[in-house]
Parts: sequence; structure tokens; C-alpha cells
Amino acid sequence: MTKIAVTVNGEKQERDVEPRLLLAYFLRETLGLTGTNVGCDTSSCGACTVLVDGKSVKSCTMLAVQADGAEVTTIEGLAGDGELGTVQQAFHEQHALQCGYCTPGFVMATVSLLKETPNPSEEEIRRAFEGNLCRCTGYHNIVRAVEAAARAGA
Amino acid sequence: MSILGNRVLRKEDPRFLTGKGRYVENLPLEGALAVTFLRSPHAHARIAGVDTSAVPSTVTVFTGADIDAPPFGPPPFPGFENVPGRPLVATDVVRFVGEIVAIVVAESRTAGVDASELIVVDYEPLPVVASPDEAVKDETIVHPSMGTNVACGSGSPEHDENLFAECEVVVKGTANSQRMAPCPLEPRSAAAEIGADGRLTAWLSTQTPHQDKMVLAGILGFDPAEVRVIGPDVGGGFGAKMLGVEELLLGWLARKVGKPVRWTETRSESMVALPHGRAQRADFTIGGTRDGKILAYRLDVLQDSGAYPALGAFLPNLTALMSSGVYAIPKIEFEGRSVVTNTTPISAFRGAGRPEATQAIERAIDVFAAEIGMDPADVRRANFIPNDAFPYQTVVGAPYDIGDYGGALELALRAAGIDDLRAEQKKRRDAGGAKQLGIGLSTYVEITNGIHETEFGEVEITDDGGAIVYTGSFSHGQGHETTFAMIAAERLGLPIEKVTVVKGDTDEVEKGTGTYGSKSTQIGGMAARGAADDVVELAKKLVGEYLEASPDDIVLDTAEGKLHVAGAPSRALAWSELASRASGDGRLGELRAKHEFTAVPTFPFGAHVAVVEVDTETGRVELQRLVAVDDAGTLINPLIAAGQVHGGVATGVAQALYENYVYDADGNPLSNTFAGYGFPSAAELPSWEVVEMETPTPVNALGAKGIGESGTIGATPAVQNAVVDALAPYGVRHVPMPANGENVWRALQEAKA
Repeated sequence: MTKIAVTVNGEKQERDVEPRLLLAYFLRETLGLTGTNVGCDTSSCGACTVLVDGKSVKSCTMLAVQADGAEVTTIEGLAGDGELGTVQQAFHEQHALQCGYCTPGFVMATVSLLKETPNPSEEEIRRAFEGNLCRCTGYHNIVRAVEAAARAGA
Repeated sequence: MSILGNRVLRKEDPRFLTGKGRYVENLPLEGALAVTFLRSPHAHARIAGVDTSAVPSTVTVFTGADIDAPPFGPPPFPGFENVPGRPLVATDVVRFVGEIVAIVVAESRTAGVDASELIVVDYEPLPVVASPDEAVKDETIVHPSMGTNVACGSGSPEHDENLFAECEVVVKGTANSQRMAPCPLEPRSAAAEIGADGRLTAWLSTQTPHQDKMVLAGILGFDPAEVRVIGPDVGGGFGAKMLGVEELLLGWLARKVGKPVRWTETRSESMVALPHGRAQRADFTIGGTRDGKILAYRLDVLQDSGAYPALGAFLPNLTALMSSGVYAIPKIEFEGRSVVTNTTPISAFRGAGRPEATQAIERAIDVFAAEIGMDPADVRRANFIPNDAFPYQTVVGAPYDIGDYGGALELALRAAGIDDLRAEQKKRRDAGGAKQLGIGLSTYVEITNGIHETEFGEVEITDDGGAIVYTGSFSHGQGHETTFAMIAAERLGLPIEKVTVVKGDTDEVEKGTGTYGSKSTQIGGMAARGAADDVVELAKKLVGEYLEASPDDIVLDTAEGKLHVAGAPSRALAWSELASRASGDGRLGELRAKHEFTAVPTFPFGAHVAVVEVDTETGRVELQRLVAVDDAGTLINPLIAAGQVHGGVATGVAQALYENYVYDADGNPLSNTFAGYGFPSAAELPSWEVVEMETPTPVNALGAKGIGESGTIGATPAVQNAVVDALAPYGVRHVPMPANGENVWRALQEAKA
């Protein structure tokens, strides 16, 4: 076991973890933050995307011990309880989710993208999401949602 | 004004957007043990022994010999009499990579996986039947009790020697609908426990909670009343999330170990264990006149069933039923064989039997058009079933409800700007550059609610004057919480915020069939609508009593949400007033009604136009545009309907260009992870151009047909036809799917040779 201290959604968390524990399962099982979904085991689908020190990271590609000292933001930490942030609201209004499983990952990836590229073109959006898979939406409305969120100044 | 037909934002969205999705893996289920399945790495082998001596005593291992439940299946389809069921855990022989050979029950997932790696299974490899072409030879029989690898037939072996006698032109070709992995983003997940009352509760990532309850009870020997299935939020199904051996084993284990148990597939596990789709090859022969009239059509279909024939082996029957497509073809023959191979079993996947039918006829029409040198759109126009012919029964027996196939094609061509596209294509062809333009069409009809099902709905008025809809349909991404609330709200005259939809819990919803085959709005929505209407009638009785008027004189003002005496709007009770008064009198229970709705199938139709750019030097294909006209009748919520089209089209394009689940000659899956399977991302796909068209069906009062699978059915042949069209000047007549760089390049080399 290794002791780590990670700030998750603004709260400092100190835990003893197995060195092999992935950040995704640290969030889901150790901290009970089940909003971060796991959709694959090859770092392909991006469902588990979170922000680590402000940048999007697939939390299945990172060990919990590597997050020691970092600030992590998950879907639960994006807005106040019962509220939707700008990106979440845009996903709602553009019908950018269906089954909802890939949604937290796409929302977090969008937050990260718009921080780096505030007004992305459609092509930039599509390229940015190469590592996020969705089986329901055909991506069309996800792209619309990112455009809408950009317009709303997310 | 009615709420129906409006782009109402989804009621279910906020929980998904804030990380509060209630997927099975997210349930707390304190003290649950983790289940790990050890799966066969061999496609076909005898199990000589299973040595568990190295496994620590802190975990429990079960092998096939421990399982006292009967095999699962086969499904009760006609022609399946000879087909064996699937043992829940393999005992003497494994028949595909991924078949379960042992189960580990442990304190944690990691402890379970660690222990499973200490189990030593002694396999004696057997000859492998890795493909349908191998299977039909019957050299190695996968199930010796069958005496053959042919599980069942479809269509008819009868053959009219003169089928094409009157045809001036006869051409042949092949439509391959390659094997695909359904890939719902949430892998399967299940949990089960036996309560203090002895009842089994199973939480399943499923499409069919009520059907699952009956199968769990049947196989595990419970009275159905002792089984509760809860389908919480489900992260997509696409036809593949019907009950499997894994869910049955969770129920069995809960009873055996006396503690709650849970299991969630890894993706690599899901890619071999969740059923696959398609895996059908159709050899077509089509004949007609030189001026484009189709006179006869024959399909010879070879369906891969995988190792344990189930729904997938039956699906060619749907292909046969829909083989005539949107055309009036005087003579059709269909002969299908479904064969057993040492591969993952085939089941339903978005479209399930109908994409294969559309693929075959739409390729055949284009091949025929190329042969006679006619515009593919003109060949289609010459053969459409005319609008005044409906209701229309095809020669293969499909009773089409209503259609405007020519209207859909013209709409799609206009939206695509076909004349400009052809001009641009000609310009590029004349210039002779490497990058050529291809334009592909498809016109399709499909069948939804194909087996005449009945769905259940119940509506109750709550004490605050709202309503709860209990539905036997089971949304797993389709947005029923919104659509069905809209349907009930419209009938009751309530705002949608006051209507809640309950689904997926077999204790809360009396019965149901679940959601598959694009049937939910047309039967589940209609059942909810019927129950709401029944509640209105019950309310009129009570209001009549309260207002001292005859129930026959009470009318519902849906705009105001009030029941009042006809001609005297002030003598009224709003729903909230009625609910409050009835609640006070202990009579709220009178405002509750159950309704069942049964209907014949509906036949959604449409037309797609695809535009591709093909690099004739590298074979690379880029899909530039896809215009989709999908007529699902009256749309309840166009926002949700368009979303269904978008996702369907993406899957159709994925089949046409990217995805292909491949086995090597030894039956080893080569596509068993997301890293090794061509699931396209946003970067590979364009935005979709969706054109609305609404031809209401006369089959139900909503006028609604299915929309979930249409996009998939229409898009695939349009894209494939576009790729072939781009290469036509090079003498290419066919490119097998997926039309990726390799297949395009090979087709070009063969044409040059």
C-alpha cells in the first residue's frame, strides 16, 4: 500500500492505495465517485476522462499513485449540486447524449478542449475527440453541443 | 396546442450530465462478492481437466461439473428442433474463444482476476470450424448431436428453373454483411442477491427486464413471483443485451454462495462474450428488361450462427421477409442456411436481419443498373411500389402499411443537390486526378414491431395531481422518460413536468416485453396513451360524482388540465383539485388504469444519399456527406427522433467503411479489443444531413412507426454504392465491406489486372 494525497473536486483526499490501482477505480471505488464510467481496457473510449491539473486525462491510463499531489476534477465537480455548468447545459440543449455512459468523458474532454481552444472549428472538435467513443449519437449533436458551449463562453 | 411534435429536451438528461447515472456497476450493494469468469482461449477443444489446487482458499471456484442448472436455450423458433442449448459453463468441450470454463467468486475484482490466473485448464485442441464456408463442408461437426453444422434453414429450397426465363438481362453478385461487435459503451453488468424472504433480485444491464425474469425463473427453478429484475440505467444495448449465460450464472451464484454477487464485463471480455451481429453473406441473382424493369430476384444466404445458434440463426427469416425492398418484384426466391461455427454466437444488432435484406437488394439494383447502363435512380423509379398500392403485400408476404418511396428518393436527391454532385463528379473524372467522387443511393423499407407484440402501460394520478406512467417498454438510451411523458401529458392535459415514467422494475411494472426492434413508441407509447385515456374516463366518473353531474357530461379541457361540466367551464375540477379531494376521501386509487396495446407491424422507409471521395492511389475513402430521409410516421419528439437517425447512420457507415470482426483460421478473434476493432470516432465521420419526412401509419392512433434502426439500414448500402460509383470508370463493379483502404485498393488492382 502507498499513501497518496489527491485533491478531488476541491477536497483533499488522503488514502492508502495498492500501487496497481488505476485512477479510474480510485475515483469510483475508493472515493465512490461513480460518475466517471469505464468503457474499455485499452485506453480507447475516453468514457473515464477527467481533468488532472486542468488537462483531460483518461483516468484508466493513470495509476492513482501518479496522481499524488495533483488536482483532479470529475463530472461531479463541474457545477454545484443540482445545477448544470455551461458545457453540461449545451449537451442537454443539443441532445448530445442518449444512454449517457460516454457523456461524462465527453463533457470533461469538452471543458479541456475549450480551455485550450475557445472557438474550435468543426474539424478541430472532431480531431480533439478522436479518443472518445460514442455508440448512440453518431457524434453529430456532440459537435453541435461543443459549438454551442463555445458560443456561450465556456 | 399539443406538446406532441415539439423538440422537448429530455427529462433524463440531468442525472447523466451530473454523474448520477444509475448503471448496475454504480449500485452500492454492500458486501457483494466479485464474480470473475475464466474463459476459453481455444476456439474448439476438449477439456481434459481443470486444476484449481493453486487457488487460495479465500476464493471459491466453480466449474462446469458444479452447475446444476439446465443448459440455456435454444430459443423456441420453428426449425430449431435439432439445436442443443448452451451449457452455462462448459463441461467437456469449449466451442469458441470466450466460452466460460470456470467461475471465481472473490472479495474483490482484483482478487478474482488474480485467482483466475492460477486455474490450470488442460485443453486438448480439436479441429476448428472458423468460417461458414468451412461449416457447410460438415468435415468437423461442432455439435455432434446435430449430425451437421446446418442449424436451420430459411426461405424455401424450392427452385423454379424458369425464374429468370423472361429476363433480357441477368446479373449476379454478392452482398457481404460482415460480422460486427455491437459495442454498447457500457459493457454488460449484473448483480444478484437472495433477500431474507428468499426472493431473487437481479440488477441487469439489459433491454428486456420482464422477459429476463421469466427466463431466470425457468432456468434456475424459481416461481416467477420469487424473482425481481431491476433494469436501472443501461448504457446502450443495440440488440445485444438480451439475457445471457452470465446473468443466469449471477442468479445461480447468489443462491449458491448465499451472498450478493456482482460482475461487470471488461471490454476485452465483452468483445468475445457479448453476442455479435450480422455475419451474413447473400449471393444475389437479379434479372429484368433492358429498360430497367426488375422481373425476378433470388437470394442464397449463408448465415453464421456462431457456436450456439440462437436469435442470429433465425434472423435470415427477417431478411427473407424484407427481401423485396421497396420494389414491386414479381418473382422472388430465397434460400438460407444458418450454420454453426467455433465463434462467438450471433444475435440481434441494430437492424437485425433487415440491413442484410436492404444491403442485398440495394447492391443488386446498382449492379443491375450498371449492367444496363442506366442511372441507378431511374432503375429505382421504374420499380418502386406505387403510392396508390398500399396496403401492399409483397410476393414474399410482407404486408407494407404505407409508403411513398419515390417521394423519399426525390427529397433526398434534391437535398443532396444531385445535379451539382454529378457535374462535380464528371469534372473530376474528366480531369483524371487521383481523388474521385462517388455518389451512392439507397432506398429502403424496414419492419418494426415485426412479431405483432403486445405492450403494457399503466397510468396513475398522484396526490399532487401529477401522473406516473408505468411502461413495459425499457428505454436504454432512447429517451422514453421524455417521449412517453409527452404522450401521457398530451392525453391528460398535464404539463410534462408533472408526468413521471417508471420502467424496468418487474415489481413496479406488472408486465412488459422491453425494448428492441424499434417497436417501443408504436406499442409501448400507445399502451401509455391508452392507459391515460382510461384514467380520463375514470376521472370523469369521479368528477361527475363530486360535481353532481352525469359522467357523460364531464369533459376534459386538455389546455387547462381541468375536468368540467360540458357547457359550464366554471363547474370544474383541475387535476390537482381532483387528486387532493380523492386523496382525502381515500379514493385516489380509483384514478389508476392498466392498458395493453397490440398491433401489427409498421414499415418505416426512406432514402439515403452518400457522397464519398476515394483516393484511387491509396484506396483511402472519405465520407463527405450523408443525406438521410427516414420516414417514421408522425414524430412525437423530432429532437429525439433525429438523434436516433444520427446514431443509426453512424453505425451504418461504420459497417460500410470501418468495422469488421475478424477471426483467423484457428478461430482466434483478431478484433477483441477497442484498439483492434474499427469503431469510428468523430474524427472519421461528417455531420449528418437529416431531412424530415412524415407519412403517418394507419396502424396506430399516434401515426408512429419505428426510428431506432432506420438510419443503420439505409446508410450502409448508400455508402457502399458510393464507393463503387467512384471507382466505376476503373471497371470496378463491387467492393466488399468494409470498403476500407485495403479492400478498395484490392478491388482497383483486380479491375486493372
